[in-house]
Amino acid sequence: MSPSRHILAAALAVALTAPLGPSAAIAAEAIAPPALSWSWSGPFGKFDRAQLQRGLRVYREVCQNCHGLTLVSFRNLAEPGGPGFTTAQAAAIAKEYKIKDGPNDQGEMFERDGRLADRFPAPWPNENAARAQHNGTVPPDLSVIAKARTYERGFPWFLIDIFTQYQEQGVDYLVALLKGYTDPPQGVELPPGTSYNTYFPGHAISMPPPLQDELVPYTDGAPQTIDQYAKDVAAFLAWAAEPHMEARKRIGFQVMIFLIVFAGLLYFTKKKVWADVHGHA
Amino acid sequence: MSGHSTYQPQSRFMQWFERRLPIVSFMHASFVAYPTPRNLNYWWTFGGILSLMLAIQIVTGIVLAMHYTPHVDHAFVSVETIMRDVNYGWLLRYLHANGASMFFLAAYIHMFRGMYYGSYKDPREVLWILGVILLFLMIATGFMGYVLPWGQMSFWAAKVITSLFGAIPVVGDSIVTWLWGGYSVGNPTLNRFYSLHYLLPFVIAGVVILHVWALHEVGQNNPTGVEPKSDKETVPFTPYATVKDSFLMVVFLILLAWFVFYLPNYLGHADNYIPANPLVTPAHIVPEWYYLPFYAILRAIPSKLGGVIALGASIVILAFLPWLDTSRVRSAAYRPLYRQFFWIFVLVCIGLGWLGAKPAEGGYVIAARFLTAWYFLHFLVILPILGLIEKPKPLPNSISEAVLREGVPIGAPAPAPSGTKH
Repeated sequence: MSPSRHILAAALAVALTAPLGPSAAIAAEAIAPPALSWSWSGPFGKFDRAQLQRGLRVYREVCQNCHGLTLVSFRNLAEPGGPGFTTAQAAAIAKEYKIKDGPNDQGEMFERDGRLADRFPAPWPNENAARAQHNGTVPPDLSVIAKARTYERGFPWFLIDIFTQYQEQGVDYLVALLKGYTDPPQGVELPPGTSYNTYFPGHAISMPPPLQDELVPYTDGAPQTIDQYAKDVAAFLAWAAEPHMEARKRIGFQVMIFLIVFAGLLYFTKKKVWADVHGHA
Repeated sequence: MSGHSTYQPQSRFMQWFERRLPIVSFMHASFVAYPTPRNLNYWWTFGGILSLMLAIQIVTGIVLAMHYTPHVDHAFVSVETIMRDVNYGWLLRYLHANGASMFFLAAYIHMFRGMYYGSYKDPREVLWILGVILLFLMIATGFMGYVLPWGQMSFWAAKVITSLFGAIPVVGDSIVTWLWGGYSVGNPTLNRFYSLHYLLPFVIAGVVILHVWALHEVGQNNPTGVEPKSDKETVPFTPYATVKDSFLMVVFLILLAWFVFYLPNYLGHADNYIPANPLVTPAHIVPEWYYLPFYAILRAIPSKLGGVIALGASIVILAFLPWLDTSRVRSAAYRPLYRQFFWIFVLVCIGLGWLGAKPAEGGYVIAARFLTAWYFLHFLVILPILGLIEKPKPLPNSISEAVLREGVPIGAPAPAPSGTKH
């Protein structure tokens, strides 16, 4: 080993080992939700239509009482790559909602039945009303919640994820959260109006346990359990956050094939063009 | 060694046009006949890749701007409308967001290549400094672009970074108020960031033209760091560099497409899908990955003013690199000691990037201070001293000799420029 190699080795050792101390302590504090297998993960993944429909049902019967879905339109329910409702079914769902509209010719605001073009209405008129109803907190809108929540993957997983295309942290977290209610450990004092949740940062969550077995009736024979409800509604929210995901992955594959073939052609063109420069290779 | 054009207008119209505006022969001289060293490796293709990325950012950005609303009450929803209701809006936005990341990745590779092969040395100092200006403009543009979706990270990044100017003694607070257009980050801040985010890419394009102009005046460096001695050691830009650059551009697009189509949010932050809320501070305010090394330097210094100065100095010091490096040998291939320190410097930058993503506490702070110190020592102490004490390996007399040494003979004379025949 030359002296310069010693310098490199020493610097490497310092650079790699010095910061390792505290990371272990931080990792121990947050509990990573279990990674579940989802129908839409990976380059060819597609949503499970029946699961999205069940998830919508859970949203409408449970979550909707407090949480908005205000970026999603009723027409989205009938668009390709979604829950697969017909336009008539989506219109029927829309009709079950009352939309505040106006002002009309008399200058009055009025309520009318929902239409396909409407978005899911928020469950409260404004944030202050939400705070007044919900112990001072505003239940977050769920339109992009599946992308707005995550957990730290840590080294080396964040590098491995690039190759495995794992990007369902948010959905995994939602399932873990919905199932994560337990009694607080000995000696933990919760602020009033909160519940203990294993996966919620800080553990004291304002949302009371939303799900219980047999709460939402399913008509397709899927188990009516907390576990199934949590997965279905999380899948529905994954679609709500990324309604064009199936198109994205489909086009992505086409683009990849094109680029790889194009790169191959360019490589051989380059080789031919440069052959006379490199001489007798 | 600027390219001399062999362009001869054929048609009478082109002859007429050439006498009035010789732009065709200028383009021919710059991008067809322009002689490039024949021994360039693939690390030299990143200039072309960067031009492509700039073009992608400008084109996607112009279309996004048609659908975006720069208002604190509407920005977040307008971005989501682009994602949901604009035809292929999701593709435009993901291309733009991930394109920014890939733009920086290419820029960093381009810079490290310049450092490894000593491309900043006489006579390429101005070329290098223009590159540092481009980096600075990219950082400003990227930062303001990140603010536009008006999510939690957008808002708090804007707040943290603009507040840095508050560290300036006496006038700091006034400057911050002036930057914000008010007494807090608000609608005027978002409006001006949007305006500047639209302006700066065209400033970048202008400086790129100067950068390319300077490059074509002094010629490209090459892996030996020895200037081409004759026409035999160069090949015309087209088709040689054109086809090589095109190949690597497409390979780079595969990388971009991997993120755009399969991992579009991997390089972003989940918190930025939460609408901006001035009353709730995110647990960790973290910039985009490409700013992390600078962020680590900022936080490594215990005083706010000191951190800001270090942050600025970490970029400004690059402009002085041509004079801080005292070695007369350009390429690290012939500088055994510098080569080691170059790779240590790369690791230091990566380490700083990793620390920038970690909370500023405990061992992380100590490590960040150590690496920050090394970052500056590399420029201020190691490079000046290395040039004096290092014994470089014997330089080849010419590019041809260097190539021959490696056992690849150069047989045929350099082919004639092929631009005139089509």
